[in-house]
Amino acid sequence: MHFSFLSLLRAAFSAHRDWPEQWRSPGPKPSYDVIIVGGGGHGLAAAYYLAAEFGIRDVAVVEKGWIGGGNTGRNTTIVRSNYLLEESEALYDHALKLWENLSQVLNYNVMFSPRGVMMLAHTTHDVQSFKRHYHANRLAGIDTEWLTPEEARDWCPGLNIARDIRYPIVGATLQKRGGVARHDAVAWGYARAASALGVDIIQNCEVTGIRRGLDGAVTGLDTTRGHIGAKKVGVSVAGHTSVIMDMAGVRLPIESFPLQALVSEPLKPIISCVVMSNTIHAYISQSDKGDLVIGAGTDQYVSYSQTGGMQITAHTLDAICELFPVLRRVRMMRNWGGIVDTTADRSPILGTTPVPGLFVNCGWGTGGFKATPGAGHLLAATIARGEPHPIAAPFSLDRFARGRLIDEAAAAAVAH
Amino acid sequence: MLLITCPYCGPRPEIEFAARGEAHVARAAPDGDGEAVAASLWLRTNPKGLIAERWRHVAGCGRFFNAVRHTVTDRFVTTYRVDEPRPDLAALAAAVGARGEGAR
Ligand SMILES: Cc1cc2nc3c(=O)[nH]c(=O)nc-3n(C[C@H](O)[C@H](O)[C@H](O)COP(=O)(O)OP(=O)(O)OC[C@H]3O[C@@H](n4cnc5c(N)ncnc54)[C@H](O)[C@@H]3O)c2cc1C
Ligand SMILES: [Zn+2]
Repeated sequence: MHFSFLSLLRAAFSAHRDWPEQWRSPGPKPSYDVIIVGGGGHGLAAAYYLAAEFGIRDVAVVEKGWIGGGNTGRNTTIVRSNYLLEESEALYDHALKLWENLSQVLNYNVMFSPRGVMMLAHTTHDVQSFKRHYHANRLAGIDTEWLTPEEARDWCPGLNIARDIRYPIVGATLQKRGGVARHDAVAWGYARAASALGVDIIQNCEVTGIRRGLDGAVTGLDTTRGHIGAKKVGVSVAGHTSVIMDMAGVRLPIESFPLQALVSEPLKPIISCVVMSNTIHAYISQSDKGDLVIGAGTDQYVSYSQTGGMQITAHTLDAICELFPVLRRVRMMRNWGGIVDTTADRSPILGTTPVPGLFVNCGWGTGGFKATPGAGHLLAATIARGEPHPIAAPFSLDRFARGRLIDEAAAAAVAH
Repeated sequence: MLLITCPYCGPRPEIEFAARGEAHVARAAPDGDGEAVAASLWLRTNPKGLIAERWRHVAGCGRFFNAVRHTVTDRFVTTYRVDEPRPDLAALAAAVGARGEGAR
């Protein structure tokens, strides 16, 4: 089924009651060429690109809950590519370029809205570090602008640029190509397109073990829906990566922390762009539905609880109220947590593992939604070829032992 | 917010404490190879279940101590001094149940 103006018109005559199922829900086959573990945006995108670009269609995605129910469905959907280091710039801009045409490619409206991402500087240190990013980005051909406080306020009316607040705004960077997208639609769009190419999307199927042959190579997975054979397995389970990789005896440089977000009651359009402040841990944008989407920081301890401390969100709301005094009386509707997989250098791990046939995509931590199309594409390329895609190569697991860290931590050691 | 029992000061709110990561990570020997050094620097257990971890009571007595906590419920099972050995996590897990809810 193809979405078009005509198909929308036709469905309107039956009051939109007769839309067919958007993807198939088959039971697992005895075996597949490739199984992707984790039905988040990354895993579904990987399955889609395996089928669409690399001609591997005997693929399944196994998801323990429902697709997009992990961090994909819990994040604040900020998309940008203005990272500091060359490796990261190549990685995130690869994804951003895919975002730009994603709705057309998938024939599914992922509501990518490049409304501009503005990052606020509050201190001399911020200014120095942001200017360094600004110059690095310009060298790499990534769009970026430097704004004075007045220009920042003009770009986002309502922003408080008074000099006498606790963390006054002293400047800002703006990436106009950045923005937001509809989180669920990204998962659904990839699932639908992958399913149409023959990929089996298997929900309510938790992986409980990784089986290996005498040579150590992967032979299949134990799941709550039985054993499924596989020639290759790609693990893309975000916060649960350490748990799954432990099933194959692989220890990782990853810790899982709660990260929270919250939404307000719906309002008329008021915040026209994405505003982020790393220094005071607050992120805000407004969804098309009208709710303010606000991101907070991580808790300080390892946890799989999918909830976090109230003091973290309270701290973020303090910051939001100071940045946008006009929002002080707005009521918050919902608050939730996701579990993010953080590495020491705040860069992801994408590539091969010491186990033949086992590939991993993880460590995206607080900022992997923006990478969804790129991470999926690079994981697919790496699985298809059996060796890392050149853009992914610097993000190998062995970079830690080699001391080749890609240290974005200093730049943004908080949610983004 | 967690309620954490400092072995020296008693129960206090989490904002008085700083989490300091996995406990009992042995530093690689001086003659250890690069892999061993990297492992002790970077590799972490990150368990879903009981974790032995370090905390520091920064806004209290200032001292380090260790704790066993369940990472699904965030319940503390026990806290102990840094010079005490790591408790038997498997035995503790059996005692407190799958979600750590038998913990006091
Ligand atoms: C509150 C919050 C705000 C965020 N804000 C942003 C942001 O603004 N911008 C940004 O770029 N990033 C953001 N992120 C990070 C981003 O959400 C993630 O990096 C990204 O969505 C990860 O996608 P994924 O597909 O890898 O993971 P997920 O969507 O988490 O998918 C992993 C899937 O694996 C499944 N799984 C786990 N264990 C098993 C098992 N044993 N068997 C089968 N399946 C299993 C899970 O159920 C889950 O559905 C935020 C995260 C959070 C929590
Ligand atoms: Zn104390």
